[in-house]
Amino acid sequence: MAVAALVLVCLASIAIGAKGLPLADVWHGLFHYAGSGDDVLVRKVRIPRTVLGLIVGAALGLAGAVMQALTRNPLAEPGLLGVNAGASAAVVSAISFFGVTSLTGYVWFAFAGAAIVSVAVYLLGGSRSANPVRLALAGTAVTAALYGYVNAVQLLDSAALDRLRFWTVGSLASANMETVGKVWPFIALGVLLTLLIARPLNALEMGDDTARSLGAHLTRTRVLAMLAVTLLCGAATAACGPIVFIGLMIPHLVRAITGPDMRWILPYAAVLSPVLLLGADVVGRVVARPSELQVGIVTALLGGPVFIHLVRRKRMSQL
Amino acid sequence: MQRLTAESVTLGYDQRVIAENLSVEIPDHSFTVIVGPNACGKSTLLRALSRMLKPARGRVLLDGETIHSLPAKKVARTLGLLPQSSIAPEGITVADLVARGRYPHQGLLRQWSPEDERIVEESMASTGIGALGDRYVDELSGGQRQRVWIAMALAQQTPLLLLDEPTTYLDIQHQIDVLDLCAELHETQGRTLVAVLHDLNHAARYATHLIAMREGEIIAEGAPGEIVTAELVERVFGLRCQVIPDPETGTPLVIPAARKRGARVAGAVPVAGGA
Repeated sequence: MAVAALVLVCLASIAIGAKGLPLADVWHGLFHYAGSGDDVLVRKVRIPRTVLGLIVGAALGLAGAVMQALTRNPLAEPGLLGVNAGASAAVVSAISFFGVTSLTGYVWFAFAGAAIVSVAVYLLGGSRSANPVRLALAGTAVTAALYGYVNAVQLLDSAALDRLRFWTVGSLASANMETVGKVWPFIALGVLLTLLIARPLNALEMGDDTARSLGAHLTRTRVLAMLAVTLLCGAATAACGPIVFIGLMIPHLVRAITGPDMRWILPYAAVLSPVLLLGADVVGRVVARPSELQVGIVTALLGGPVFIHLVRRKRMSQL
Repeated sequence: MQRLTAESVTLGYDQRVIAENLSVEIPDHSFTVIVGPNACGKSTLLRALSRMLKPARGRVLLDGETIHSLPAKKVARTLGLLPQSSIAPEGITVADLVARGRYPHQGLLRQWSPEDERIVEESMASTGIGALGDRYVDELSGGQRQRVWIAMALAQQTPLLLLDEPTTYLDIQHQIDVLDLCAELHETQGRTLVAVLHDLNHAARYATHLIAMREGEIIAEGAPGEIVTAELVERVFGLRCQVIPDPETGTPLVIPAARKRGARVAGAVPVAGGA
């Protein structure tokens, strides 16, 4: 059923856009490509956009699921813990100060930013004694500071303003096959890593002592998990800018369906996250016609209430 | 040579030394209980024996090999630990949690098998939670939950099982319940059990081998009937007491001395300043 939902939303993402195309024209573009304007729109804009949404959505959902298991924190999410903000701040610096213009260049900066911020937030949140709320607060503070920095760079560097705007709010709008080609290997590697550590993550969720007494390798699992999160979030942010809340909402939804076994949570998250991301993207294209609302704004609008609900549902002591 | 031993280990956290030059042997097939006052190093010793804590000096040997140099999963197939605090993942069922005890027997290439299934069922049956398989762990009482964790440790199928204060936070009937279960596992399955217990009377009743510690040193060890005396209790705990035979089992029973003689008829003694 999850896969059916994914197929459906992919089709919607190809069929529905800021420019209302009749379905017949979409069909024509897909299967009888003749080079007309509408055909090009379908092939060169909507298909890459959908493919990018697929892999970025999966990356963010998996990163969120891994972070929640790793920190035993239901509020952990790459957006909330500042990982995406770190990646975008690094990319903005790359564009503005180092004159980097290629996506290949962005990706490495995004990785560095994501990795530095995850470690910083972990330390600020009290490292070993970290509790979920402190971690979320540290993440929020770091995120605010980093976006302040991103905004400042934008204001000071008016020439780069247009290129930079993209990095404050996530968007799939400028997707093309070249972008997809450059980020997919990193995301694939991240996906592979998360699947390899699914069982050790299950053990880790039961507390350090229990995990160790079961023979799980704590440090190795944590390092691999952070590496996976950095790869997934760094690549996703380099391609689309920061997109929040996908990694928060989907793992919670999936847990309600599958129970707490990571070996089920991860595949479900990988399938359902793109459903949410592409769905949000389609909504963003439709509500502001003929213009578009960036997908990062739509997920934030959807995710805010979910976040509040999660915080309210659990007593803080239980978090 | 016993399977699990510590050779002149120095134990501590960061710079704080808890125990120095401590040696101990856990008799095979015994139900060993470690007792002592708070902060005497009994839990620390258990953590060292279970590979949770690496000794600063000396070594812990499992089957003649240094435990810290053995592969984690290999140790986990020989020695299980029930830690003081474990976290049940939200929304997990009893059967799923117990099944996680099979972790060290599985790998990327060796997945879930009918053998695993059978062991999980047996573990649940022998801890008396066979009927709770589909229940959520969050819904259970403290006593039932402790049984679930013990079942998980049993599913690990280790000849040695270490328990760190398994009765803490439980009501008296659940404490006895858990200890009876441990005694039964020891007797029927021949496993070597090592437990840290707070209650000296529980220790004296259930242990086949007792280790009494104070300030990081072992003061006495042996069968409870032989070593538990009023002198030992005073030396280890600083408590004046009488030791009498337990009317139920004949094992030593420690009766703390009253605050002052005749205190049990305190109600009859006129209170100073009273009308």
